[in-house]
This record gives sequence, C-alpha cells and structure tokens, in this order.
Amino acid sequence: MHDANWEPRIVAFFCNWCTYTAADLAGVSRLKYAPNVRIVRLMCSGRVDPQFILAALAGGADGVLIGGCHIGDCHYVEGNLKTLRRFQMLKRMLAEFGIEDQRVRLEWISASEGDKVRSVINEMVEQLRPLGALALREQFKEWGREVADGQPVSVALGEAKQETEVAHV
Amino acid sequence: MKTNLTNGDIRIGFYICHCGHNIGGVVDCTAVAHEITGLPGVVVSRDYKYMCSDPGQELIRNDIREHALNRIVVASCSPLLHEHTFRNAVEAGGLNRYFFQMVNIREHDSWVHTDHAKATTKAVALARAAVLRVRFHRALETTRVAIHPDVLVVGGGISGIHAALTLANAGKKVYLVERDPSIGGHMAKFDKTFPTLDCAACILTPKMSAVRANKNIKLWTYSEVAKVDGYVGNYTVTVRRKPRYVNEELCIGCQECIEACVFKEGKYPDEFNVGLSKRKPIYIPFPQAVPQVVVIDPERCLQLKSGRCKKTCVEACADRQAIDFTQKEEMAEIKVGNIIVATGFKLFDAKRIPQYGYGLYPNVVTSIELERLVTSSGPTGGEIIMRDGRTPQSVAFVLCVGSRDFRTNRWCSRTCCMHSMKLAQLVREHTGADVTVFYLDIRAPGKGCEEFYDKSLKDGIQFVRGRVAEVTDWALTPEEEGKLVIRAEDTLAGVVRRIPVDMIVLAVGMEPQADSQAVRRLFNMSCGSEGWFLEKHPKLAPVSTFTDGVFIAGCCQGPKDIPDSIAQAGAAAAEAMALIDRGYIEQEPNTAYVVEEDCSGCKSCLPLCPYTAITLDGTTQKATINAALCKGCGTCVAACPSGSIRQHLFEDDEIFSEIEGVLTHA
Repeated sequence: MHDANWEPRIVAFFCNWCTYTAADLAGVSRLKYAPNVRIVRLMCSGRVDPQFILAALAGGADGVLIGGCHIGDCHYVEGNLKTLRRFQMLKRMLAEFGIEDQRVRLEWISASEGDKVRSVINEMVEQLRPLGALALREQFKEWGREVADGQPVSVALGEAKQETEVAHV
Repeated sequence: MKTNLTNGDIRIGFYICHCGHNIGGVVDCTAVAHEITGLPGVVVSRDYKYMCSDPGQELIRNDIREHALNRIVVASCSPLLHEHTFRNAVEAGGLNRYFFQMVNIREHDSWVHTDHAKATTKAVALARAAVLRVRFHRALETTRVAIHPDVLVVGGGISGIHAALTLANAGKKVYLVERDPSIGGHMAKFDKTFPTLDCAACILTPKMSAVRANKNIKLWTYSEVAKVDGYVGNYTVTVRRKPRYVNEELCIGCQECIEACVFKEGKYPDEFNVGLSKRKPIYIPFPQAVPQVVVIDPERCLQLKSGRCKKTCVEACADRQAIDFTQKEEMAEIKVGNIIVATGFKLFDAKRIPQYGYGLYPNVVTSIELERLVTSSGPTGGEIIMRDGRTPQSVAFVLCVGSRDFRTNRWCSRTCCMHSMKLAQLVREHTGADVTVFYLDIRAPGKGCEEFYDKSLKDGIQFVRGRVAEVTDWALTPEEEGKLVIRAEDTLAGVVRRIPVDMIVLAVGMEPQADSQAVRRLFNMSCGSEGWFLEKHPKLAPVSTFTDGVFIAGCCQGPKDIPDSIAQAGAAAAEAMALIDRGYIEQEPNTAYVVEEDCSGCKSCLPLCPYTAITLDGTTQKATINAALCKGCGTCVAACPSGSIRQHLFEDDEIFSEIEGVLTHA
C-alpha cells in the first residue's frame, strides 16, 4: 500500500466568494504550492454537506480541506457559522472512526489571502505525509471480504471498524 | 445510478485552452484532451490556443451543431473570469446555457505549479470531474430581478460628488450621504492642484454648488449609513442623520449666530484647517461649505453640555428660529437599486515615525498643514510662516512618510511626489526659500507630470535621493544652530549628509479609513490585505465589487489623484446607469428548492436561512422556498435531513460526481 511514489490527495471545498477567489489570487500572483489539492467550488462553505467529506474520504482522498470566509464576513451573512458547527460534530465522529485529526481541516481564507491558500495547502500536504494513505477504499474491500468469508474481523483501524461500515452503507 | 446517464443521450464536447503559454507552457494540453477522449459520453475532445477568442467560441458553436453535442466542458481560466463568455457561446450554439461546466486549470493549476507532469495529472483529474459532473446538469431558466432606479452615493468627496452629478444629470435620483457637515472632502482643503496649478476651489466649488442645486440629488450631510439590506436592484438602506441642532430648512447661512456666540473667540481646533486655527462651538466648516448651514458641536456647546447658556445664538437667529437644541438623531430608510461607495482615505499619522520629530519640533509639519498655510482662505491668509511667525528661509520635504516602507505601509501613495513638488513650487513662489526634496524615486507618471518635475528642477528645487534617517535640533556646527537638521544618506553621491533647514514638511501617505472594515461589512464588500476595498477584477472590473449593484470609486479602492478619482466615479456612475437603464439584472438560477414529496415538515431548515426565504406551508405542512428571496448559499440544502432540499447548479449528484472525478486519477 505504501509505494514510494505515494502522494497525499486532498479534496478541497472552497466557497465562491472568499476562498475560491483567494485561490484565484494565488494563481494571479503566481504563488507556488503543492499540486496535491483538487478544488471543488461551492457558493458557500455552508453548502458543504458532511456527506461530501465522507464521500471524498471514502473515495480515496487522504485529506479534505474546507475553505470559507472569515466569521463575520460570510457573503451569506452566517453560512460559515453553520459550517463551523457541522465541522465540530463531524470531527468528533471522524475521531471515533480512527480518522486522524489532521486529515480534515477547516480554514477561513478571505479573498485577499492568496498567500494563506498557499501556506495552508503546503502545510496540510506536509502533515499528511507522515500519516500515509488513508486508503479507505481498500479497507472497505478488505472488510467486505472478511464479512463475506464469515471470518472474525481483523482490527485494522482499531475498534472503530463497526461504525465505519455503518457510515459506508 | 450514474452509469445509466451516460447512455446515448449524453454527448459531451470537451475543450482545453492553452491560453498561449499561460496554460500550455506547464500543462500538456494535448495529452489532457487525449485522456478525456476515452471517457463515457465524450464525443469531441479538443485543445485550442485561445478558447475565449472568437474562433475558439466558434469551435464550440460549430461542434454543437455538427456533432449534436448537448453538454460542454471548457478547461481554461477561472469561471469567475470567463464562465459567462462560454455560457453565451453555448447558448449561441443552441443549447441551454447551463449545460456547461468550466474547469479552472490556469489560476488553480498552471500558474501555481512548476512540475509539468503533476500539473498535467491535476488538469486531467479536474477535467474528468467536470465531464462526470456535466452529465447531471439540467436546463435552467435565468431569473430576472428588476432594478430600482434610485442610487445611493456614500461619501461626498470629489469622487462621490462627481458620481452623484453624473447620475443626476442623466435624470437618475441620487441620495448623496456624507459623514461630515459639508461635502468637498480632502479636495476642498487644497490650494492648487498639480500639474496645472489651477485653483482647487475654482474647480471644486462649482461642482459642490451644482450638487446643492440639482433637483435629482438628495443631499444628506452629517449622516452615515447605518444598515444595508437587500440585494442588487432592491437595497433598503438605513441612514443615521446626526443632529446638527440647526434646522437645515430654516438656516440661511448668514452666520450671525456664530458672531453672537458667547465664545468671543474660537477656542477649539478647527477640523477643516487641521487644527491650525480655532473655531467656536457653533461654526460653519468652511466658507464655501455645502450646504451653507451652521452646525453646533454638542461636545463643546455650553447649552447642550450644561443647559446653562445665554443662548445669544438663538437671539441672533431671531425669527428665523433655525437653532433647535431639541434635535434628535433620526433614522431614515431609503430604497435604492445601486450603491456607489466613495468613502475616501485618511492621511498617515506622522507621529508613528518618531524619528521625524512630528509633534516634537513645532516646525515639522505635514503636507496637508502646509497646504492650509499656503491657501489664501487658510488660517494665515496664504502666508507660509513658521510657528513663531517668521518666514522660513529654507524648507525641506521628506517624501514617502508612511509609504513604501515595510515598517509602516508598503504601498506607494501615488500622489505625494507630485503634491510635494507642487507645494515646493508654491513655497518658492511665496517665500523664495531654498527648497530641498528628499525622495526615494520621483514618481510622476501622469499626463503633464514629468513636465512638472522638469519645471521643479529648473525652478532651482534641490532633489536629494535617499530616505531621511532622522530630524534633530542638535546642532553640531554654528550653521546648524537654531535650525532643524535632516540626516539622510545621499544615495547618488554616496555620502551621509546633514542639512540644516527652518521648516520640514512630511509628505504623509494615504491609508484606508479607520472604519474601513466596518464599512466593508456594511456593504458586503471585500478588502485587500491593506484595507483598500477590493475591486471585482483588477483590470476588467475596476469599479465593481463582488456584490452586484455595489460599486467603488476614488481612494477607498486605493491611493489615486483627482483625475483618476473622477474617472472612476464616472465609470461607477456609468456601471450603475447600465443596470438602471436595462431595468433588470439576470441572476444565477442557483436557488434552492424543495422536493415536496420527500419533505417531512421537520422545520430544521427554517431557522437556517438568513433571508427568511423558507416558510412552512400551513396546509401541506411542507417547507417552501421563495426563489426571489433565496440567494443560493445552499446552507439549507446541506442541512436537510431527508435530502428534500436541493440546489440548482449545485445538486448533490453533481457534486458527488465531481468528488468522484477528482479522485479517479491519482
């Protein structure tokens, strides 16, 4: 699973008004950052359904980054507050799954903070490297096979295994 | 579920743009086009030099007809720049404009990565995501919102005045709101303007009078915007009208009350003369103030403070009865379609650089203080004198005070070189003093400005290139005795020099207003990291903001001179007029909607909406969303436990397929 060419993969959900614009600004300013991130544009970080984060992790992402406007600056008044609340709940749930804290990150990045886009992405990539691949897809296959074989389940991700399956279904 | 949508019905055209070398220099566009060819549903996959050009758009239009395409994906720059362009092309080709998805491989890829292979891999992943996503796009109708024809202009400096007059002359109704008791802003304080040396008052005051005379302009001075609700075309603005304790309708500006005030002399620093003269508690900001209405300072007026005054002002006003100590702050609500923000700048506080001795040595002054001294209507009647009344024999200008300096502000304030040279010429003219200008670089790029610099050189003004280290009164030689000494490195001669002078002028730079963050929030704008209001695009949309119907003009966007401020004000007025005269604006149909049969009526969504667009239908007990109120943030969509709220353009299946797409390729 850990081949030498492994590179962390990050799916980012950026709000249209602040963080996506900041990423555009990073481009216009020709700042250089790690090519490991794939940005999905949403109108507001409030649109980030926790299912999107789970889908990204289950689909092969090693980390998820959510970017929104600073508190008080939301284009839609308070969408980012909803994001924050959901994020806190989700973090607790993910911790119980044994998914490390650094893998899912929420950042407030305003339209003028192109440099913050660069530093956050670079930092996140470096934090993910020592954690290695999350490889949930492979895990699911493994567990699926074990369940099908009727064998006792190996404890791959600690005691979190049962819940993970529930979440996957 | 997803595969059955890729049957014969879906015919996708994929286009990748080289953008010259901008993308093509880093991303292997041909390889990306080749990679995408194999994806289900893709009928055409091409790379082209400039997709946004006319031939590029023609390519899309032709392919739609020729290959019966029904979905288009373009990988090029940011959708914030050209999504509109390509949607138009798609529509011109005969498709619904929302059967389109854009991939950002310039700002988010080729411009930020150096590794060609990894950038190409990323481009493929992003392109694949868009190809998967576009299959789920639905045909949508663009919604139209009517534009209220009235405009609010915030700030009565030269920019706000010009914007208001432009609109009013075109027959639009304008509310001009100014915080101070008079309009005129910084320009009203100037004596002459560079590079033509025409008198500022002669060109500004006629415009101020025109504002007062124009029937289409509702001028509210001594007022501030307190609250802004609504959206483009339909803003509801609450304006706080501070009490001036003088009835604007009744005051005729005779100023007899000022004469009659129990204070026989001015006692308090006069704001207009930047503290160089004194005013009474009842005053008129400056002789040409518009409106010509006196104002009473509640912090200073004996009657307002203690209630124990002879009220000689009221006696003087006699039967006009304009003075009204009972005035209260009022809130006025107005409806406008567009807003122009022209809130200007503040000057750098020279005390922040203590080594220049401002506030310590009386003859170190700022450029605006000298401006007031040189003005014939100023506190000295146009005489340039030092604090002790002597005429200076030698004057030095220090440029870039609070500009182009990592310790204070990094930006160039753009006007101080020219402004200082203008003042230097006036000093020469008025006093014949020796003038030395300490500069880093002389920036004189405007029309006629380089010629003005030449004239300054010919007039005998000395220029020394180097940042001034300090100003001191510590004399080392007899010539320095009783003078201020400037210590600076002369970088052209390569020596450190000490130059004794009588008077030092600090050319203070421009800064964002102290409350620029609060104002930004009020109008839902963005700020650059320095605090200047952020334009929508630095080149293509210099007066627009990210909020439709809110425009910016003048120095609130960044330092600029009078001609540039006027140009921006005119542009902002024209942008507002374009919306007003069309009568409507087309809005992204990215609103949320409820699938009624799935809604359980749990009411989770109701408190989430900041626009109260969601209500519970009394009879069906299901949530309904008012599309006119919905702004399309999607917060309720993410929160709905039954998944019965959806969002146009950001449907769950669209986003899930995008996530799948970016992850398919490593």
